[in-house]
Amino acid sequence: MDDDRPIFLQIAELIENSIIDGSLVEEAQVPSTNELAAFHRINPATAAKGVNQLVSEGTLYKRRGIGMFVAGGARARLRERRRERFTEQYVEPLLAEARKLGIGHDELMKMIDSFDAVVGRDLR
Amino acid sequence: MTAVVTAHGVTKRFGDVTALDDVSFALAEHTIYGLLGRNGAGKTTLMQILTGQAFASSGNVSVFDAPPVENPAVLSKVCFVRESQRYPHFYTVRHVFHTARRLFANWDDTFAHGLAADFQLPAGRLVRRLSRGMLSALGVTVGLAARAPLTFFDEPYLGLDPAARQLFYDRLLADYAEHPRTVVLSTHLIDEVSDLIERVLLLDRGRLLLDDDADDLRGRAVTATGRAEAVDGFATGRTELHRERMSGLVRSTILDGLGPHARTLAQALNVELEPLSLQQLVVRLTAPPTTTAPADREVAR
Repeated sequence: MDDDRPIFLQIAELIENSIIDGSLVEEAQVPSTNELAAFHRINPATAAKGVNQLVSEGTLYKRRGIGMFVAGGARARLRERRRERFTEQYVEPLLAEARKLGIGHDELMKMIDSFDAVVGRDLR
Repeated sequence: MTAVVTAHGVTKRFGDVTALDDVSFALAEHTIYGLLGRNGAGKTTLMQILTGQAFASSGNVSVFDAPPVENPAVLSKVCFVRESQRYPHFYTVRHVFHTARRLFANWDDTFAHGLAADFQLPAGRLVRRLSRGMLSALGVTVGLAARAPLTFFDEPYLGLDPAARQLFYDRLLADYAEHPRTVVLSTHLIDEVSDLIERVLLLDRGRLLLDDDADDLRGRAVTATGRAEAVDGFATGRTELHRERMSGLVRSTILDGLGPHARTLAQALNVELEPLSLQQLVVRLTAPPTTTAPADREVAR
């Protein structure tokens, strides 16, 4: 864990990413708190805090004595939430840096199109 | 929170030196603490008082709801691993394990021998013939296998190489997950343990400076770098811990730097914000005020 945000948030986000990219499907069991702690070398209480946040948001649910599972509809809800934050997280800083460098709107759009054509093709 | 330790106004004086100055805190069960602070800050003295090996000059301490001094019922639940641990001169590693088995109710012999094998500790070797690293490995092994409800590690890493330290951290986390208990890690290698510990106790010249969640301390302080006027604008009304200059550039370390609008303000002022690691935060909070450190000097033009 190496960015400045609290580790529990990073743990929650890692699990969210796995749900969004489909490596954790709905109704799949999520790694236990102890597994997460050992794998990421973090305190189990911190891992539990991240998991519990996802439970309280309805992304995961608890089956007593068995473990944590991905809730139905979690993927769609997470994608929706990430889309809402997309402008603030990615578009705003992009535009701020472009303005600083004097990159105009048309030039920026051209950059996106040509990047998408070359690299994006390989990613699809 | 169920407290296993409570300390109220603990003060310890050695002659005219005040080693601990009115220290109050509680330790919760099932929590890993980092006990941080510079050499001479009072860490070992505090652990000695909590383990009944020293008296406080004033204030009081309760461990498992009782005073620890000469209290076998309390001390059987406490393990204190320290570098200066002495053993009878004929003791081998195996003797140490035998003794530990009688001292600690939760002692796990299989776990102890597994750890000894991992650390490549020869069970038949005389303790006084162990290298510094092996002595540390022995301490760590006893501390882990004792599974004492309250375990103190006083700089357990001395002489351990990075691979052995990683082994210690991994075994500690894994065993703690299976057998939760209260662990106090006194260490200077803060970057290595910052993800392991749940709470931070920071001592500075005998006073308790921090008693906080480790996760909350991440990003509590930032460095703000930019043109002097811009950084001044950003730092106004905030607590500045430190300042460095290079020509017109200023890097200011700011405590509690990130309010709701801090990022927007920094962006508008063209000030670069970077979070401070726990280790850097501790350095800034406990470093003595410098007069002419090279980095602090105005660069002559």
